[in-house]
Parts: sequence; C-alpha cells; structure tokens
Amino acid sequence: MTAVVDDMTWLEVGTLDEIPRQGARVLKREQGDIAVFRTAADEVFALLNRCPHRGGPLSEGILYGRNIVCPLHNWCLDLASGEAKGPDEGCAPAYATRVEAGRVFVCTEPN
Amino acid sequence: MNKERLVLVGNGMAGMRTIEELLKLEPDLYEITVFGAEPHPNYNRILLSPVLSGEKTIDEIILNSRDWYAEHGITLHTGDPVEHIDRRKRLVRSRSGLEVPYDRLVLATGSNPFIIPVPGADLPGVLGYRDIADVEAMIETARGFKRAIVIGGGLLGLEAAYGLQQQGMEVTVVHLLDTLMERQLDKPAAALLKASLEQRGLTFLMEAQTAAIQGRDRVESVRFADGSEIATDLVVMAVGIRPNMALAQNAGIHCERGIVVDDTMLTYDARIYAIGECVQHRGHCYGLVAPLFEQAKVCANHLAKLGYGRYHGSVTSTKLKVTGIDLFSAGQYQGGDGCEEILFQDPGAGIYKKLVIRENRLAGAVLYGDTIDGAWFFQLMREGTDISEIREDLLFGQAHLGDSGHGGQTQAALMTDEMQVCDCNGVCKGEIVKAITSKGLFTLEDVKLHTKAAASCGSCTGLVEQILASTLGSDYSTPEAKPICTCTDYSHDQVRAAIREQHLTSLSDCFEKLDWRRPDGCHVCRPALNYYLISTWPAEAIDDSQSRFVNERVHANIQKDGTYSVIPRIFGGETSPAQLRAIAEAAEKYAVRSVKITGGQRIDLLGLTKEQLPHIWKDLTDAGFVSGHAYGKSMRTVKTCVGSQWCRFGVQDSTKMGIELEELTWGSWTPHKFKLAVSGCPRNCAEATIKDFGVVAIESGWELHIGGNGGVKVRATDVLCRVTTPEQVKEYCGAFMQLYREEARYLERTAPWVERVGLAYIKKRIVEDEIGRRAFYKRFLESQAQAQVDPWKERAAGAEAHEFTALKQVNG
Repeated sequence: MTAVVDDMTWLEVGTLDEIPRQGARVLKREQGDIAVFRTAADEVFALLNRCPHRGGPLSEGILYGRNIVCPLHNWCLDLASGEAKGPDEGCAPAYATRVEAGRVFVCTEPN
Repeated sequence: MNKERLVLVGNGMAGMRTIEELLKLEPDLYEITVFGAEPHPNYNRILLSPVLSGEKTIDEIILNSRDWYAEHGITLHTGDPVEHIDRRKRLVRSRSGLEVPYDRLVLATGSNPFIIPVPGADLPGVLGYRDIADVEAMIETARGFKRAIVIGGGLLGLEAAYGLQQQGMEVTVVHLLDTLMERQLDKPAAALLKASLEQRGLTFLMEAQTAAIQGRDRVESVRFADGSEIATDLVVMAVGIRPNMALAQNAGIHCERGIVVDDTMLTYDARIYAIGECVQHRGHCYGLVAPLFEQAKVCANHLAKLGYGRYHGSVTSTKLKVTGIDLFSAGQYQGGDGCEEILFQDPGAGIYKKLVIRENRLAGAVLYGDTIDGAWFFQLMREGTDISEIREDLLFGQAHLGDSGHGGQTQAALMTDEMQVCDCNGVCKGEIVKAITSKGLFTLEDVKLHTKAAASCGSCTGLVEQILASTLGSDYSTPEAKPICTCTDYSHDQVRAAIREQHLTSLSDCFEKLDWRRPDGCHVCRPALNYYLISTWPAEAIDDSQSRFVNERVHANIQKDGTYSVIPRIFGGETSPAQLRAIAEAAEKYAVRSVKITGGQRIDLLGLTKEQLPHIWKDLTDAGFVSGHAYGKSMRTVKTCVGSQWCRFGVQDSTKMGIELEELTWGSWTPHKFKLAVSGCPRNCAEATIKDFGVVAIESGWELHIGGNGGVKVRATDVLCRVTTPEQVKEYCGAFMQLYREEARYLERTAPWVERVGLAYIKKRIVEDEIGRRAFYKRFLESQAQAQVDPWKERAAGAEAHEFTALKQVNG
C-alpha cells in the first residue's frame, strides 16, 4: 500500500490507543471529516465520514470484521474499499493508513 | 495444501441445498464433485406440475445453472449415476466408470416412484411421475394419444391428472381407497375436492385395485381386481415414492425404510451423510421439500465442522398445485385424543375448514376453497402460539382479528401486485414476487436483502413471509426457531438459555462457546448478545459499548443530519418553573435549534453536536436532571394525568403514582423500548391502554394493563389484574418488567411478546404465583441497583471522553 502513495501527504492523527477497538474516531477537516477505524484485530482503516446512501456519520456505526454499518439506515460498507455490500450500491472514499510504533498515519488524498 | 474431497451423490434439491448452505459457511473447505443421474443441472422438482400443465417451461425451473457450478469450482457429472461405493478405499464409481475418492460423502439419492408390481407394469406407456424425463414423456404422449389413466389419488397423482388434462387428454384417476389425498385430507374436504375435479372433467374410479396392465407393444388397457377393464394409451403410476437406498444398501450402510440417519444427518458410516427423500430420520421419511431444506442446513453445519446443528424432524404443510383449486393441509389434521375441532362447512360455496386444537395451540388444519389463512395458521402452529384469546374468531381468519393486533398481518394473498407491502422502503407485492421467482429466493433474509422489504421497521415481516409462502407453496420453510443472524444457527431463546446455563458473561465467551461464524459477530447479533449478557448477569457482565447502537453508546438520539437530541427526564411528566428555567437556559446557551414537547410529556432539545453533549449534560445534571433514556431499548417515560389532586373526576393520585413508578424503573435496559402511563380515572386521559405497562385508577384501587402499543400497529392492552395499593402497583410493575426482560427476545416489544406467549401465561407467572412474582420483583430491584447510575453525570464528569472529542482537527 505504501509504495503506491509514497509521494502523498501522510498525516499523523494520533495513537492507536486513542481509537477504541471495534470503534472509530474522527479526523476533522474542512474538506470533509475522515473516520479512522480500528478493528478487533487492530487493523486501521479510514473512510470519508459520509455514508454514500444519505450521508450518515460512519464513525458512529457498529464495526465488525472489516465492515462498518451506517447508524442511519444500516448500509454495510467494506472498510478497506468503502464499497457498499451488495445488493446496495455506493462507495465512500477510502484513505490509506499505516501504523508505526503505535502512531497512526492517514493519507489525506483518497485512494 | 490439499483440500478435503467432498462427493455428493444426487444432484437434486436436497443435495444442492446442502452444498449451497455449506458454501455460505465454508466456501473453500472442500473440493466438491457432484454426480447426477439426470442429464440436467439442479431444478425445482416441486414445479414439475406447472411444467406438465404448460404453465411453466423447464428453463424456468432450473435452480443452479451449469455456469453456477463452474463459478463455484464444483465438478458436475450429469447423466452419470453413481453405481458403487467402496467404503474401504473411500471412493465412488459411476456408471461410466469414473472413480472419485472422497473424504466426506453425501447421499442425496432421493426417491423412486413406486411401480405397482402387476403384470404389464414394464410396458411402454407406463410412467412414474418423478422427473423431467417423465414430464417430457407425458407431454409427448399427449401429442399422439388421447386417453390416460393415473393410478393414485394423492397429491402427486392429482397434479399429474390435472396436467395431462391440460395437455388435452381424457383422464381417469384410479384410487385404492374411498378418499382422495387421504394423507392430507379428511373425508369432507376430500369429497369437495373430488366434486370440483369432476366438474373440471376428470373421471374417478374409487376403491379400485389394479390387477394388470395389458397391451402388445405398448399399454392398451388396465384391468382391475373386479374384472372390469378401461382402455387407455398412457398409465401414470403415482401411488407413492420409495426412498432410493439401493446404492447405500449395497455398500452395507444400515437402511430400514430409508437410509437411517441420526440428528446430524450422519449414516452409520461416520464419513457418509445422507439427506432428503432417501433418508429415514426418527422413523420418518419426508417427501416434501421444506423438511429437506431444514436437513440440508444441519448437514452443511456438520460438513463445515461446526458440529452443533441438530435436526429434530419437521411439521409439514401441503398445497395442491392445481390452478383454481385452493387446498391446504398441515399438521395433525385428523385430530385424535385430547384434540378439539373447530369446523366450518358450506358445501354450496365449496368451502370447508377444519382446525384441530390441542391445549390452546393449533395442532392441525385442513382448508378447502378458502386457503387464504393457510400460511397464517401454519405460522401459528410452528410458533406454538397460544390461541385462547382469538379462538372465537380464529376460523374466520386473520382479517377478522382487525388490523389492530400485532399478530394480524394484512392478507398477502388478497393483495394486488401494485399494493405496497413495505411502507418504510416503498416495496410493492409485485416486486417481491418477482424477486422471489426470478432470483430463486427461498428465505426471508434473501428477500430483505434483495428488495429491502421488511428491512427497516420490520412490521411487514409477517406479510413478506406470507408472500414467500404463497409464492413458493410448500417450498417455503421458516425454521421453527429463527437464528439471531447469519453468524449462528442458534435462535434468540437458545442463546439466552446458553448464557444462563453455561454462565457466559462476555461476548467473547459467547462467540467461542457457541461457535460463532464471525469472530466478532455482526451489527445484528452483538447488541442482542450484549443485552442478554447484562440482563442475565447484571452484576458480572460488562456492558460492551462498541456493541451498542450509537444512541445507547452516546446516550442521545442521532438525527438524520448526524446531530443529536437530548431529553432530560421529567419524572411523571410533572415539572416546575425552576426546571423549565434550567432547560431554557441550557437551550439558549447551546443554541438548540428546536425545542419540542414529546408524546411522552418530555422536552426534546434538538440539533446538538456530539462535542456539545457532555457540556449541556453538565448544565442539566447540575440543575438536578438525569438522562431521560429517550434513546434506548430501555424504560422510556411514565405519562400521567393530573389525577385526584386536581381533577374533579380523578379517583387516585395518578401523578404521584407515575412519579413513583418512574423512580422505580428509570435506567433499566429492556429488550425493546418500554413505556408506561398512569391515568387517574377510567376516562384514561394518559392513554394508559396503549402502553407496555398501563395503570388506570379505579375507585377501589388500580387496574393494571399490559402489552399495549400506540406505534406501528395499534394494540390495546390486556388487563392483567386489579390491585389496591401503590406498593402493589410497583411490585406487579417491576415483576412484569423483569419477566419481559428475562424472557422476551431482543427487539420484541411487549405487544408481540404478549401475543406470542399468551396473556394466560403472564397471568400465571405474575398474578397467580405470588412467590414467583416476589422473586421477579426482587431480581428487578437487584438489577436496578446496578442500572440506576446516571450516564449523563458520568460523562459530564469526563467518562468516555474519547466518544465526544475529535481524534484530531486540521485546517485547510
């Protein structure tokens, strides 16, 4: 993943400990907030914090496996790609992430 | 790594259903090979009759195309039956000589039509009615010949006779007994059916025993035991099916009437499973498709090495697929010891209905002429619903229960295609039917996923199930106990029992001990499990906030724009100028965008951001408020009228009673939201008769009501009992809530719960059993000791701070 986006902007957003397992925290930005998720297996993913369906805040959804379920109408999105699970169709922009020594970085340009 | 090899013998509905269920659980565990005797891919055998009558084509009834097998990496050999199993070398050999080794073998060889061993039974022109080849032969015969005899007046025989008649033949049905479809119908219903089929031009020869089939090159006539003869060009034998177990028998696998299997669908050989019409389970052989699907699920569970599925046998229902004839039968339609019968007979209109009742539960049904309620009756039977309350109207069907009850879904069969079924997502009946037939859907979950019907509030679930049932006929089966979600096969009740019996106190315990398919569950099961854990072990289980829906996690109500609403608790709906001033000041300070009086007599402050929440809570808790829990599956509000303190009609102090009840019950988590009301006299201004627990003051004390609902479907409460003192009101209320908390399923409101278990049951536990009631009340109070901690105050003081602050803020 890093090879593709080497020249992009990596932003340190905080530490892994600050994000609850199976939960999310929000990176606030003027161009649109980014939800930073941490799975039960401590993987970190980032999506634009707007459900492609009706704009619900994905950071507030229930997270399981590598899925996030929007709190407004239960759309289920893949954390890695941002794609809605079938038969729903739609996609939330996904952002690359990496974790180094417990510090979490998000690439602020979408994939 | 080499995959294990799974071989399926029998490419029919039962076998392929097993493979589909297995792929859902473990798509990559096996290298799968399928052998089929017929030259076709898997098709819907149930729909052969519509093919014979010309209402459907063969292509329309294919379930899994050849492409489907290829996509899933399954090797398919059609037209090549397996003829030998070598259990020692663990391989099968097919007619063409193919040898395929197996680690696991599934036998789904189905059944053969029973051909009566009379002279001439092997003549050309004598057919069974079993597969596409039979149907093709019948259609071909109908082109060149005129007369047909169908031997057997059961379900299959009548469908064959009708189909042949539609193909232009003159058909005589020969039956050994004096009653048609004697395995599904009682005599009056069978007589109506016979009359109706005779009107359509079928001829019947009853109590006739076939002696010989005669002819030179092909069938020419049938001779009966009494010496009479009928000339014919075609004989269809539909006198029953015999499990096809020759392959298993030759391999030395224990067989009786069918291949004997245990509750895990395993044969006497631990590597060989058997399912479908070829098996005998607890002495029964099944010939309908619904049980086969239940077996398939269990078999797949074991093939996937999950190891906990159990098949317990099935209740079956039957629908005759003869266009224009409505007939339904299910369960113990013949009645018997300890059974009562409710009958309706109108021969003139061609209507006959019989319901068999045992111990206040529906045990069987036969419907003729008017089968609209068949699916509903079947549902009542499967779920074991207590029908004592609706007994008088039961026979007249759901429509007569009115539209006010939760059990009373609207009539699916009466609906036109344009009528809207799901009012939340705007899905019409036609769309659902189309999705079911074109996409080959069989379950409620499938329909939800593909159409969105019943996927929001769920109030049309029953209706969608009815549409499934009426579209698929006996193809549709709802498991008696529905699994919580796709992570498990366990039902709500089974999971809760396991939590109690095995003393499970955390989600990870549940996932591990109950073999959850997903390591961390999903958004459906986690909130349910979390509720079961904290309600069963209030002092031990740790509430998992990540398994809570956002509202319960952040203790406010999320709105469509992602802001939140805040509702402070106002006990009994009685407030004061000081309280109102505090609310007004907070509303101004945080620039609340709307201030709304709610239906439950509270004040709703709308449009707050998540970051603002702990701050406004601090101001509100400093002014003496606690959370109103208006966001949770929890006790919500106690609505009251002013009562005897002011009202000239009031007979008791309803406001005080309401405040005391709210002080008792606030903070408790329940399976779904729980609302109360107290009215000061029978005029009932607080609308207590549409609440989960309603109290209506009477001159001599209080009348207690339960199970009301003013929401999706209005349901008036049932009267629980009358009591005299406020202390009793509280004890009964707490006990009732605790019973609901311990026994209702997650997301089941009291209204459907009361209808499911019956008012009599609740009276037995709460009113008649004094010791039991006290124990419930005690457990309620113990749980409340843990629960009555104000979540707002904790968070205003800094708890869960990460929840209310951004991880980082960047500009530009």
